[in-house]
Formats: sequence, structure tokens, C-alpha cells
Amino acid sequence: MINDNLATATNEPGHEVMSNTTLSADVHRLVVRAPRVAAVRQPGQFVIVRLGPGAERIPLTIAESDAETGSIVLVIQAVGKSTSDLVALAPGDRISDVVGPLGRPSDLVAEGTAVCVAGGVGAAVMYPIARRLAELGAEVITVLGARTSQSVLFRREFESFAELIICTDDGSAGRHGVVTDALSDVLAVRSVDVVYAAGPVPMMRAVAATTRPLGVRTIVSLNPIMVDGTGMCGGCRVTVGGAMRFACVDGPEFDAHGVDFDELSDRLRTYGDAERVASSHQCRSAG
Amino acid sequence: MSPLPLSKRERLAIDRQQMPARDPDQRSHSFDEVSLGFTEHLALLEAQRCLACKRATCVEGCPVAVDIPRFVAHIENGDLESAARTLFADNALPAVTGRVCPQEHQCEAECVRGRKGAPVAIGHLERFVADWARGHLHDEPIVHERSGKSVAVIGSGPGGLTAAGELAKLGHDVTIYEALHTPGGVLSYGIPEFRLPNEVVEHEVHRLEALGVKVECNVVIGRTYTLDELREHFDAVFVSVGAGLPVFLGVPGEGLKGVYTANEYLTRVNLMRAYAFPDADTPVLHGDRVLVIGAGNVAIDAVRTARRLGAAQATIVYRRSRPEMPARDEEIHHAEEEGVSFEFQVSPIAIEGDEDRWVTGLRCVDTTLGEPDASGRRAPVTVEGSERVIPCDTVIVAVGTRANPLLTSSSPDLALTDRGYLAADAQGMTNLAGVFAGGDIVRGSATVILAMGDGKRIAGAIDSYLHATGVHLSRRA
Repeated sequence: MINDNLATATNEPGHEVMSNTTLSADVHRLVVRAPRVAAVRQPGQFVIVRLGPGAERIPLTIAESDAETGSIVLVIQAVGKSTSDLVALAPGDRISDVVGPLGRPSDLVAEGTAVCVAGGVGAAVMYPIARRLAELGAEVITVLGARTSQSVLFRREFESFAELIICTDDGSAGRHGVVTDALSDVLAVRSVDVVYAAGPVPMMRAVAATTRPLGVRTIVSLNPIMVDGTGMCGGCRVTVGGAMRFACVDGPEFDAHGVDFDELSDRLRTYGDAERVASSHQCRSAG
Repeated sequence: MSPLPLSKRERLAIDRQQMPARDPDQRSHSFDEVSLGFTEHLALLEAQRCLACKRATCVEGCPVAVDIPRFVAHIENGDLESAARTLFADNALPAVTGRVCPQEHQCEAECVRGRKGAPVAIGHLERFVADWARGHLHDEPIVHERSGKSVAVIGSGPGGLTAAGELAKLGHDVTIYEALHTPGGVLSYGIPEFRLPNEVVEHEVHRLEALGVKVECNVVIGRTYTLDELREHFDAVFVSVGAGLPVFLGVPGEGLKGVYTANEYLTRVNLMRAYAFPDADTPVLHGDRVLVIGAGNVAIDAVRTARRLGAAQATIVYRRSRPEMPARDEEIHHAEEEGVSFEFQVSPIAIEGDEDRWVTGLRCVDTTLGEPDASGRRAPVTVEGSERVIPCDTVIVAVGTRANPLLTSSSPDLALTDRGYLAADAQGMTNLAGVFAGGDIVRGSATVILAMGDGKRIAGAIDSYLHATGVHLSRRA
């Protein structure tokens, strides 16, 4: 029957957290039971999770999946109340809602050379894309940016199939400097067919600026504010090539050279005050 | 001794009873339901106004053909259980429709008492009976003769819930798939608590579950499962996903902070309970001067919500005039009582912002009304030289929805109209065998009751189809 794979197939509602490991100071790797999502998800897609009553709906990329164990891997950086609540979960705890896979799968090439650029937790977005590119037969070069050697994510995973260039802000691992310097060096000596980028908005903007004069096709995975994830609310609207697009149903990946990054980074600041209120409210409640 | 039946003259002498409502000053700060419902006494008086016409024109005005004179007569006789059973026989969601139907354009518009004076308050009576039933009528789950056939319903809005209820009563095995974490569709995310409390919707869903309907939330058809997978596993599919994609104005400035679609604004407040922030985690901007563009029920819901979130000025901006407003009269009236203001015959041309890209105003032009357009309403014509800016900090766009391509783009064989809606025949059948569709995804933006009318009518067509085909789709060659 079609529902066998849904969460309701178990007696308890919700999705069990199977493990929670710390990847760096504020970044956790959660393995969550979501059999149907695990079975059908493709690189580039995400889920929306809602921890329980009163919780926010949060879009999270699907970093990995295992159809056999019916699990997906979510990489979560604790930046506000909702993400802090998620990284505090223990194995056996349950997430009430996981819906997906959402968004369009990545548009992947099967030949040529692809450079995959990721910054911070963007590594979790890039990992499934880069891995599938390699499986399809493309030559993959990964440029991975992080603040320090301690915050480099998915290093071993990327190394297993791709040429890896690590860049850190403090030089404690790999190159000292930003990912676009490394990207420029690669572009100077290699014939590159496509660049994929995921990470903080300033990084994606810089990648787009680096490849635009060279005319190298560049795809970015955008992370706007989102509520329903099905196109209903329009909150995740972004401007691409002068046209309004919804990241949840038209994206999350778009042609980097058309994206209005100023608008994206600005709209991400809409609830800055509210985030501070929520965090202090949480501290008071906990205290 | 039972009282003698009233004479016609006595019935005609009774005035229409007014719906008790919360005080406007108090309610404009509260999400509690505004209309309090008839007392038993008021309901009896109102029921006595019904003339029990032989040809019940009111029934002809009802999209789901509720036997109105019959249920009203039961109220008059004090037999509320029979009144409730009469209602439920024709209407799967009377507690909902009693609150949100535009009765003044439907049943009550056809009531003979309306020709000289006020029509019978059919909607208020419907709500009274449905609310009574919620507290008093605890049905055992009815065991129907099972048909052995299964139906998937996509979307748990009013059309999907109605179809599911009808199909379950006919003995079919029904599963509803809902994309959000809570069932109800627009009844949950769209219509505010002060007009339709969530617990009313929850109760209606539980009633369907008692009939054997299964509800699976967090399933997006087109992503989690494809339509073809549903066709493999079910004997028929009813697509009732709503229109769902918000329409924007297409003017500069819609990317500024402080611009919402009504869908997003209402979803944050109703579904995610942003009004309770920070006790609930989802925030919403609390504008002080809020402009809502549009004049339908959704626009009125948004502007009344803005008042409740503390807006000193909450204003409807509409390019036509008061008589052309598509919203229900009662909602417009309530909005006025709550201090909502109106800018009629004003058309937006840009949203303006400050250097930090927060909204500061709406640039607009005045209009005059010309000849009726395709919609039958007088078309707005721009007045030259009338450009001005209305200061505001929040703009909510409530100018309608269009077809959501999420399902249809993942089912390329499904035939669409040129506007992207699903093409369906009079029976609701699409070009794919066993796939039916109704509500906004076929009609475009319409009302709760029209979607319910589709759900009821097409459930009948699906039932006929299931009996005619005799075989499971999954077993076809």
C-alpha cells in the first residue's frame, strides 16, 4: 500500500531522530527517519520540518539519504530559537512534521568539468550535488570555504570522489582566503563548463561576480524565507533575470547571473528584530 | 398542550433576528470569534419567520441544495437532532458554511421574505444547528457496506473534505493527502479564527475520520508521490488542490520588506499562530499603517487581522467602489465597525521604500468607473494627473490567486486550460481516466461553498464511475 512508507506506518506520530552528532561548534548532523523522502529525494531538494505545536516551519536541505534505513540527513546550524531547538534533540526524540522532498531537483551535467563551491553549511547543500555529478561522469572540483579548520564540513566525503580545495578565513586549513580566490585560480587554468555554488548570500554573489565576465554557466542554491514550501504564500519570492520566481517551486536553484542578491539578502533581514525577541524569550523561559 | 402553528400573518410580523456579536472595540484587538451565534430563543423566533414555501426557491440558491424549509421546520418544532440530520444529509460542513457562505447572494437572495423586507437568516440558523450538533450529537461511526473501491483526494480544503465525506458515506475507502501539517486547506491557513475558529474545522475533520476517511498530512502530490503513483494505487483520484499561487500586482517595489501576499500574512497568523509570538515561534510584522490591496473576502480577512495585530490605520485600497466589492456584506460591515477604513477608486502603481528597503508608501492613481468589463463590473479608468502617495509601513496584496503548477507540471499528460487550470468536463472528469477535479483548480478563485458544491457533485460522478468500471485501475492492462 502506498502509505507504508509514511511516518504513520509506525505507531507513534512524527519522525524519529536516529542520531545527532556535532560537526562543529554550532553545526549538527541529524539523522531523521523519513522513509518516503529518503526513497525519492534527488540532489538539490529539501524538506520543511516543524518540530511540534507552535514551532516554525523550517526549510532544510537533504544532505544525504539512505533508502534502506529510511533515513535522511539534515545539517543544521543553530542560528536562532527554532534551529537551536532542533539541534538540542536527542536520539529517540521525534520531529512532528517532515514534508518533502520539495523544490526542483538539481539540473546536473553528465560530462565536462564542474566546480562546486560551498561556504559554511552550504557544504550540506553541495555535497549531494557534487557526488551525483561525479556519479554521472562529470569531473568535479570542490572548493570548500570555512571560518577555521574546525568548521570545515564534509571534508572526508568530498575527498572520496572529488578534487578538493579548502579555504579558511584564518588559514588554519588549506588556503588562507576566500573561496572566490581559489575559484578564480581554477578558472584561470582549467576549462570549466559549469559552476555550482551554495552558502551565505555574499559568497554566492561573489561567485556570480567571478564567473559572469568569463561567461561560465553558474547555478546557485538560494535560501530565502519560506513558509509553506508549495508555492502558496509567495514569501520565498526572488528576482531572477528581472522576473519574480518562487524558490520553493521554481527553485531553489537559479542562474546566478540573473539573481538579485541585494534583494535576497535584504529580505532575509525582515525578521531580525523578531529573532532577537524569540531568542531572549527562550532564555527567559529556560531561566 | 402543543401550541397551534403560527398563521402566515403572525410569521410575517416577526422581524429578522440580529446575530449577537462581540463589541467592536473589544474584538478589534482579539482573535476570538466575532459572531456569537443565535441563542435557542433567537433561533426559534427566526425559524418562525419561514413561510415553508411549497416551491422552496432558497434551496435552488444553495450550491449543495440543503433542504432548508425542512431543517428550519425542525428548529421551529424544537427537534434540533432532526434539524442537524437534515443538514448533514446535504452538507458535509454546515458549521463552516453557516459562518463563511455568502448567503446574501445564495439561499437568502432567493428567500421570498426578502422581496418585502429581510430574508430568513438561513445562514445563522444553519450555524446554530451545526454548533448544537457539535455539543450534542455524538454519532457512532456508521458502518457502510464497503464497495471495495478506493479513492485518493488531493487537498483537504472544503472541496476535498466534502468529496471525501460523500465518498465515505457511499462505502468507498477514502484517503486525503494534505501538503501542510494541518488539514483544512484555506479553512485552516486562510480564514481567520475570528471568523472561523480552527476548532470548528478540526471537529469537521474528526467527523470525517469517524466515517472512516484517512487524512495524511505532509504529503505533496507532485513531489512526495506523483499523480501516476496515486492512479496505480487507487481506483479514482479527486484533485482539489485549490488555486494556491498568489497573484502579485506587477508594480515596482513588491520585493521590499513589509510587502506580503494575503496568503503569506494569513498563513503566518492563522496556521502558524504568529499572533501569539513569541509563545509561538513564527513571527509576523505588526504594521502601524497597513494597506490591503483588494476587496474580496481574503482582503477583508487580512485588513481585520491587521487591526487585531495593532494597526492604528488598516485600510482597504480598491480600484472600484463599494457596490463592486466582492466580499460578503457582513464582513464589510464588521470591518467598518472595527475601524477599518477604505480608499475606493484608487489603483496602485508602485510601492515605495526607504534606503533600508522598508515600505514607506503606496504610489497610486485615482480612477473613475467606466463601462462594465468582462466580469460585469464597471471597469476602472485612470484619472490623469491624480498620482499621489499614501503613507504606510505594510502592504498586503490580496488580488487573487492563479493555478499552482506544482501538481500539474509533474503530470504532463494532464490537460490544462490556457490559464493553467485543470480542464474538466461537467462531471469533473479530466482527460485522464479516473482522475476528477473540482474547486478552485478548475474554476479559478471562487468560494468555499462552490468548491463544496463541486466536491458533492463530483463525488456522485466518481461513485458512478467506480460502479461502471468495475475493475481496479491498478489491474488495468
